[in-house]
Amino acid sequence: MAKIMAVDDSASMRQMVSFTLQGAGYEVVEASDGQEAFNKAQQGQVDLVISDVNMPVMDGISLIKNLRALPDYKFTPILMLTTESAADKKSEGKAAGATGWIVKPFNPDQLLNTIKKVLG
Amino acid sequence: MNTAEERTYENADTELAGRENEQTDQYLTFIMAEEEYGVDILRVQEIRGWESVTPIPNAPSHIKGVINLRGTIVPIIDLRQRFGLSKVDYGPLTVVIVLKVNTEKGARVMGIVVDAVSDVYSLSSDDMKSAPDLGDQVNTSYIKGLVNVNSKMVILLDINELLGADTIPDVSLSALKELKESN
Amino acid sequence: MSIDLSQFHQVFFEESFEGLQTMESSLLDIDCENLDSETINCIFRAAHSIKGSSSTFGFTEVAEFTHVLETLLDQVREGSRQLSQDHIELLLQSVDCLNGMLTALQSEQPVDTQQSKQLIEQFNCILNGSEPEAAASESASAKAVEETAQSKEVASEAASSISNGDITTWQITFIPDVNLLRTGNEPLRMFRELAELGELTVTAKLDNLPDLPALNPEECYLGWEMYLDTREDKQKIEEVFEWVVDESELHISVAGGLFDFEEDAGAAESLESAQPSPVVEVETPAEVVVKPEKPAVAAKAAEATLGPKETAKTSESTSIRVSIEKIDSLVNLVGELVITQSMLGQLGTEFDLSKLANLQEGLAQLEHNTRELQESVMRIRMLPISFTFSRFPRMVRDLSRQLGKKIELKLSGEQTELDKTVMEKIGDPLVHLVRNALDHGLETPEDRIAAGKPETGTITLNAFHQSGNIMIEIIDDGRGLNKEKILQKAIQNGVIIEQEQLSDEQVQDLIFQPGFSTAEQVTDVSGRGVGMDVVRRNIQELNGGIEVKSVEGEGSTFTIRLPLTLAILDGQLIQVGDQTYIVPLVSIVESLQPDMNLINHVAGGCDVFRLRDEYIPIIKLWEVFGEEPRSRELSESLLVVVEVGSAKVAIVVDELLGQQQVVIKSMETNYKKVEGISGATILGDGTVSLILDVTDLVQMAGDQQNSKNGLKLVSSKTWAA
Repeated sequence: MAKIMAVDDSASMRQMVSFTLQGAGYEVVEASDGQEAFNKAQQGQVDLVISDVNMPVMDGISLIKNLRALPDYKFTPILMLTTESAADKKSEGKAAGATGWIVKPFNPDQLLNTIKKVLG
Repeated sequence: MNTAEERTYENADTELAGRENEQTDQYLTFIMAEEEYGVDILRVQEIRGWESVTPIPNAPSHIKGVINLRGTIVPIIDLRQRFGLSKVDYGPLTVVIVLKVNTEKGARVMGIVVDAVSDVYSLSSDDMKSAPDLGDQVNTSYIKGLVNVNSKMVILLDINELLGADTIPDVSLSALKELKESN
Repeated sequence: MSIDLSQFHQVFFEESFEGLQTMESSLLDIDCENLDSETINCIFRAAHSIKGSSSTFGFTEVAEFTHVLETLLDQVREGSRQLSQDHIELLLQSVDCLNGMLTALQSEQPVDTQQSKQLIEQFNCILNGSEPEAAASESASAKAVEETAQSKEVASEAASSISNGDITTWQITFIPDVNLLRTGNEPLRMFRELAELGELTVTAKLDNLPDLPALNPEECYLGWEMYLDTREDKQKIEEVFEWVVDESELHISVAGGLFDFEEDAGAAESLESAQPSPVVEVETPAEVVVKPEKPAVAAKAAEATLGPKETAKTSESTSIRVSIEKIDSLVNLVGELVITQSMLGQLGTEFDLSKLANLQEGLAQLEHNTRELQESVMRIRMLPISFTFSRFPRMVRDLSRQLGKKIELKLSGEQTELDKTVMEKIGDPLVHLVRNALDHGLETPEDRIAAGKPETGTITLNAFHQSGNIMIEIIDDGRGLNKEKILQKAIQNGVIIEQEQLSDEQVQDLIFQPGFSTAEQVTDVSGRGVGMDVVRRNIQELNGGIEVKSVEGEGSTFTIRLPLTLAILDGQLIQVGDQTYIVPLVSIVESLQPDMNLINHVAGGCDVFRLRDEYIPIIKLWEVFGEEPRSRELSESLLVVVEVGSAKVAIVVDELLGQQQVVIKSMETNYKKVEGISGATILGDGTVSLILDVTDLVQMAGDQQNSKNGLKLVSSKTWAA
């Protein structure tokens, strides 16, 4: 099954995403900030990245830019977790190379549907 | 009316009475100063032999001290002295009944020193006669009731009343004797 | 499948409380003139996080409220709004309000939204006042939180929905940007999604395809012409392209009903479609049942030694976060214990006297294992004192404003660890001491300048370990204790007589007597002078002590000493008659065989013992306890000198037995507090031994004397009439 990286500085969100995805059979790698995610992405290829935008050390947008610069992650789907009012973040994310976004708040089923669509 | 069924046992094994429709409770009875008393068996945690206690400074004389009951500190009360009788020497046959008492501060575990354990009876509230009112001078709130078992009078104690409050109600055995005679 | 989100609630609460704590301390650190971008970002992220997770888990009132905070903070961090002191005040109040709301939710109480609504009003005024657009998006966003989760991003074309349930054929032209693939987007995915909506026919447009040499495999040169027969409305189709619509050419229109094939038909991909299945229904997050779990012991933590923040200041939380290292160390020690146990077990089955040395070795090993295990377990209950210290920056700030004083708070030793219960109980005494220092100790800026001091006063809280105890110092550079005033008050209260000769130390110690407050007015900040004696008593109840050292005009230092744990005591075993008692080692000054020449009998029945230059009253335990000693002759007994505060007494004992660490068992569980006894313990032979309460003993002996001659024990040098 596919391997997904979940990046969010909020432990409860990470846990929820992790639990949901693992329940559907995905393998999940967690990171609490962009830097940690970037490091872990290089330690083992993941098939999809879901990341929050506002995080300490390295934020979501920077993470996307940095990942896209890696040969292994040029085409990997990267989804941003945004809030409904942050329209500018979406375009910023797109410009950085994000595949798309998932809007918070979301529930587990919505998450799974979106993932399924992207991973096929 | 019907007397309670009587069994004699070596140890205090319990057995249910034959009557199904009445609300019966079981009572463990013990002997103290040649009188037989009973306590609700659900309140009895265990029965031990006498072992030495650590005395509590400046405690009333009927509180002998405390023992270690599997890691918990439990006070031991001499019931004879509680009733104002003189103490007797403790011997190998002396028994301590460990009870769970409900107090205003919650549940407590305490032990009482008695002369000997007697029996277990199933009794219903029908069998019980309430303690007569002996006036304001004598407190009988600790007596749940009196029963006749095989033409013996057994005094059923309300253990929460007797041991539960911090200020111990005045208890006098002479009042008890009167009770007995009046019945 | 549906997942029960309530299992994540506990983590949500813990991290939200931490987030609020971060917000508060960062807000206090902020300098409006020189806005540190990392600080403001930190505050923003905390609010943003709480908003995101609270709305995910269905705590809508919290989400709505946090939303306005986030909006304001976002403007500040972007630079479009200047942060003012008033904003900070409002934000601090909001933090308090959120704390209250989260506490209520955590304990499954109804949330009172009165305060939050009022604060939201204030935020809206600020936000509306300067930027009307912000207001519009403000209310729209606030509403969006309550709506269904899926964003309905308005496509550039007006979404005309022909949702009458009939099958419509749509013509979709999709020409993506060359960089489509670089964003991880995959046209096939979109086709799959479309195919779920109905019957799909796809034709590729090869117009932009360059010659092979010029072809960059990472770029997308293709476009597609599609026909989709579906019952769904246009919006559903648009959603498929939601992520790429901005960078692509996309036309969606109703087709004629017949399939039109392009002339130069390239590879016509005709995807089989399943039954037109409706797009998955979106559920409202508000329907998620809010059922915060009861707190349970959480054994995992990503960071070392974090703990739950004290929420309502008086409530004590029943869970604790423990670092993985502490748990691992525990697991190792238990492993070693198991090895020792099996070794002893084996020894037991085939034992004979020749194996005695092995047995002793095994027992020594057992003792070692037990001790290590004990220490390890105790360390689990230990948390850094920063959890108690954290409330003070806010308090000092608020109070110093209120009092019109300039005060700087310094904290050091915040990582010093102490037992969780001890820490919770030391909170109130510390608050009282700090308040006192702020109110009475530190002077107004004018007074300070007049005294040649810097305008800003300093309070320092310092914590460190010392010989098995934790020490907490509260140091201020204020006016110090006024000896004259204290003496006057003491005489007034009848605590000492006028001709007293007391050392400075003893005078200062008098402030711990009941009824002491030398403040001219009773202020509402620290209240009446009932404080200090209660503070001392509370600390003594924790088996600790408090002392003060002060220099007039320069400042005062209060030092609190606390044991590292409440359940265990280092004790000195003593024998009186048949009974063994335990004296807390920490209170013993020294033990000696008395020189009878140094013993005097004071008129009225009390004996005193001269120890160097002090006269120490003697307490005979047999009198106090009614236990018959081996000998009533002092010449055949030993004296154990103990200290209570600054008062010393000498206890007469028959014999000194060993010293050992004892586990304190409560007398109150099944009996009640006995005067003179602080608890009981179980000795190695299984018997119960009572632990002496030294404070009580001093009191009891004093009372006994009092009733004989109306004398009162004040200090070790004085008897007052």
